[in-house]
Amino acid sequence: MRRRDFLKGATVLGAGALPFIRSLPASAATDGVVVVAMGQTINSLDIHRSGTNRPSYQVAVNVYDRLVSFGTKTMPDGSLSYDYSVIEPEVAESWEFAADGSAITFKLRPEGKFQDGSPITAEDVKWSFDRAVSVGGFPTVQMKAGSLEKPEQFEVVDEFTFKINLLRPSKLTLPDLAVPVPMIINAKVAKEHITSDDPWATEYLHKTPAGSGAFKVVRWDPGQQLVYERNDGWTSGPVPAVKRVIVREVPSQATRRALFERGDIQVSFDIPNKDAKELSGTDGLTIASTPVENAIYCLNPNLSFEPFKDKKVRQAIAWSVPYEDIFQTAAYGRGVPMWGGPSATPSDIAWPQPFPYSTDLDKAKALLEEAGYKDGFEVPLSIALDQSDWMEPTALLVQENLAKIGIKATIEKIPGANWRTASLVEKRLPLHLETFGGWLNYPCYYFFWAYLEGHLFNSSNYRNEEIETLTGETLYLPVDHPDYAPKIKRMIEIAWDEVPRIALFQPALNVGTRDMSGYEYWFHRQLDARGFKT
Amino acid sequence: MSATAPDAPSAKPQRGFLDHALYVLSENPITAIAFALFAVIVLVALLGPVLAPYDPLESNAARALQPPSVDHWFGTDNLGRDVFSRVLIATRLDLLISVTAVALSFMVGATIGSAAGYWGGWIDAVTGRFVDTIMAFPLFVLAMGIVAAMGNTVENIIYATAIINLPFYARVARAEVRIRRNAGFAQAARLSGNTDVQVLAFHIFPNALPPMMVQISLNMGWAILNAAGLSFIGLGVRPPTAEWGIMVAEGANFVVSGEWWLAVFPGLALMTAVFAFNLLGDGLRDIFDPRQRT
Amino acid sequence: MGPRTKLVLYRTLQALPALVGVVIVSFILTRMLPGDPAAYFAGPAATETSIAEIRAAMGLDHPLPVQFLHYVQDLVGGDLGNSLSTGQPVVEELTRRLPASLELTLTALLLSCAIALPMGVAAAVHQGSWIDHVCRGLVTAGVSLPTFFTGIVLVYVFYYLLGWAPSPLGRLDFIYLSPPEVTGFYIIDALLIGDVETAMGAVRQLILPASTLALFTLAPLARMARAAMLQALSSDYIRTARAAGLGEGQVVFGYAFQNAMLPVITTLGMVFSFMLGANVLVEKVFSWPGIGSYAVEALVVSDYAAVQGFVLAMAILFVLLNLVIDILYTLVDPRTREG
Repeated sequence: MRRRDFLKGATVLGAGALPFIRSLPASAATDGVVVVAMGQTINSLDIHRSGTNRPSYQVAVNVYDRLVSFGTKTMPDGSLSYDYSVIEPEVAESWEFAADGSAITFKLRPEGKFQDGSPITAEDVKWSFDRAVSVGGFPTVQMKAGSLEKPEQFEVVDEFTFKINLLRPSKLTLPDLAVPVPMIINAKVAKEHITSDDPWATEYLHKTPAGSGAFKVVRWDPGQQLVYERNDGWTSGPVPAVKRVIVREVPSQATRRALFERGDIQVSFDIPNKDAKELSGTDGLTIASTPVENAIYCLNPNLSFEPFKDKKVRQAIAWSVPYEDIFQTAAYGRGVPMWGGPSATPSDIAWPQPFPYSTDLDKAKALLEEAGYKDGFEVPLSIALDQSDWMEPTALLVQENLAKIGIKATIEKIPGANWRTASLVEKRLPLHLETFGGWLNYPCYYFFWAYLEGHLFNSSNYRNEEIETLTGETLYLPVDHPDYAPKIKRMIEIAWDEVPRIALFQPALNVGTRDMSGYEYWFHRQLDARGFKT
Repeated sequence: MSATAPDAPSAKPQRGFLDHALYVLSENPITAIAFALFAVIVLVALLGPVLAPYDPLESNAARALQPPSVDHWFGTDNLGRDVFSRVLIATRLDLLISVTAVALSFMVGATIGSAAGYWGGWIDAVTGRFVDTIMAFPLFVLAMGIVAAMGNTVENIIYATAIINLPFYARVARAEVRIRRNAGFAQAARLSGNTDVQVLAFHIFPNALPPMMVQISLNMGWAILNAAGLSFIGLGVRPPTAEWGIMVAEGANFVVSGEWWLAVFPGLALMTAVFAFNLLGDGLRDIFDPRQRT
Repeated sequence: MGPRTKLVLYRTLQALPALVGVVIVSFILTRMLPGDPAAYFAGPAATETSIAEIRAAMGLDHPLPVQFLHYVQDLVGGDLGNSLSTGQPVVEELTRRLPASLELTLTALLLSCAIALPMGVAAAVHQGSWIDHVCRGLVTAGVSLPTFFTGIVLVYVFYYLLGWAPSPLGRLDFIYLSPPEVTGFYIIDALLIGDVETAMGAVRQLILPASTLALFTLAPLARMARAAMLQALSSDYIRTARAAGLGEGQVVFGYAFQNAMLPVITTLGMVFSFMLGANVLVEKVFSWPGIGSYAVEALVVSDYAAVQGFVLAMAILFVLLNLVIDILYTLVDPRTREG
């Protein structure tokens, strides 16, 4: 039946003209339809479900709303980006902190409607938040980052008033409400599909979204495509300009490029750096390359590997890396260099900022000799198979320079399934590449995940007492607090000196568009179609 | 299958064989070309490191992605490595993978198959089920599974390729031996005091070789293609090792952006080698086929 | 019960041990895959506890024999489990994707047979002539190219440069809508409702991937056809037929060809199984939503249920195929023909 419905929808588009779309590449765009190609696959329509992969987060963004959202700013190159410094209303029309800082009270829009026409109430918000902190896995961890940990914190004051009782005052709480996870689900619909085995209706919402967002999902063929259609009754923002967005999954990057260049698609999402470099400046194509906030591509020496216990050996590695070659060959100059910093002490708390290392093989050799490894050693250099587009050239260049200072590295490609376990969970890779980026854009947040012992992205098994203390002290502290900047500077200084993570470059997210506008970069690095215009 | 017992004598006079080989070569120019190609490939495999003008592993970001020129006959890749040198060096590894894999599966497969065909009974039943089990997998997927499970090293690629080729040899050997086990020459050999193993190994098996030769020739090329396919999925040999399959797989992404030389030259090398193996098998068949010799 | 029915039954029974073997081997193979699926699926910021929760939910906290028992129990109930990477029941996913793979494979096989068999026969009849050499050259060139490379080159030339072929976006360009499902084969389904345009759209999408596959499988078919034909032509009964003064046409097509078809049919089975494997690569290049591409994705993320389901489906398919071949064999082989 769904096919028939879709058929009717297509007739409205003017089925007669459709077969000739190839000769009229722009016709799809003028009809208010945007076709997007991406390489990955959407595996669930519910971000809270365990096993939901990153590309699926876009459904949470386009089909659901949150209490609040971030603003929009224009980047120096003219492209759009979300604005971390501005929090805007979405389902909530206003909010205020309790005088003692122990709670936030949100006033919901009284006119707010779900896609089925029912009102958005505080009950729905509470049910959704209870779900996010209870289902376990990624959503629960992400909520916890904003000090949102247990259902008792969430309180329904009246139909349109919702209160969060805070465990502690934290600058992370409000921004954490604007990430994709705390989306607001139509609890009345979801509760109808609860079973004793499935108290949070994960099986139902997995395939059938129940949100209030700007788009509805009209069709989902897993592994092939997802079709969004505009929600004409959207109450949380201006109704989108485009009628329909078709997201096609095209695994071959060569095919994606051909489709984009020939004009069969309007958006090519997350295009390789090389294509981004070559297609920039082509008539009619717009390539937005936005440096990914709070993210660094790193080379990590693991401290559980004997030679890397010595700070001097880690520094020697940092001095041996051919940074410029890697930036040009692996990143094709897209992104921001993270080497060659002018001083060993940071002048501000910007993060990431260039580390004070550059390529100097003599210095590297001298340091190795001081550490007692004059004749070098052997070490496996591990990379992830599914990220080999940048990891492989990087690893090859690193390997080559390590050989010059006497360290014999052998490259090991690890399949995607094993990569997380080996690098992040077991933390057993002696030397490897790593890509952590924090959603919440604070240096302390990055340090929390990547430099504290035992934390997931600290794949180097690094521990430093001072960093442990300082991170704990700064994590919830407001940025304008007088103690914040000095403490952060001290943390950066230690991280530079001890280099358990050797920064290579800050990556960029490349998105190509043509015959349309309104693409906006988000920290979650997924498609947000709400602003698309044709 | 016709049950005609080939009346080939088991002891082969050398002179007649050579004359015959020369005759086949002169009659069949393509086979001659195949032999010549094969000789060139073997030479390149042996002398590759001497012939290569550049270090195949040395990168140079400054000369990345240059089209073919006098300095770099086949251009340079995305890391600035010389494609010509890499294509030359890769010959040895590719030959090693295919020859070893095919030899392994030939030895094991032929043994299993001959035994099953000669003795029948429970040996046939057990090996038959074993072979059926392998064949019930889509072969390439089985190879992927084996390499994914055991890790992507050259040895594992060889084992995986050998395992998926095994059924072909086993089946052909079984069928060919079965036809001949009661043929006149086999019975004669048995009557003159040979043991079963001797009859099988020295009298029946040599006569079963020709059909297996076609299989070997196909499989040699297929073994290389199999390794290339594994590389395309990302389960090939490790970088920075030069290997045709990986080079084609990696270069394939550059074709649309106009850097065709990355994929085309290793692709041509791959194709030439597979081509030579395939034609060679046909030629060998003509030479060894006892019926053509009478 | 006729002897043929008996033969069919016997072959079916014979296939059972292989199926059992497949169940065991695929189970072992998937458990040997590297990585911890629980950690993988727990997501980017998982903690020890959340990984443990997921492991328990996936039943991976039990010892292997217990896991195997659960697996077999589910299997008997027709449940292949849920694929974690696509989030769908494996059975549902396979039934949706299998027709896509079959449509592609069968089209390629038909195409391949239509070209390879006449070529092989012609080469054998004119053994040693230029026809023989050209045929040999052509099919050998075809099999010497890696399928993914051929696929990419075809896309580049016919879609990107010339614009003749439609965009390589799976079974139908997004301007068409998939026809209501009857057989799952888009061409047939579209024709069933009289939608010639959609059927043509499906055919257009099929041309490039099917040609890629067919090109690669010309060789085994043509070779076997040639070899079998040669063997048949040099056999005693043909010599007898010729000596008896039968016309050359009758000798070649009436007797030799019929006998030569036996090994060709056997090869056909192998080629089909082989094609389903090779599909994996072609499907990836052409974004073809078949089971091959599904299996690759699943394998890379150690998605046990999906890999096992795929292998099992393939095995069953293969057993069925073998049955069909055996029946064909019986029909073609003069020795099993009963009066």
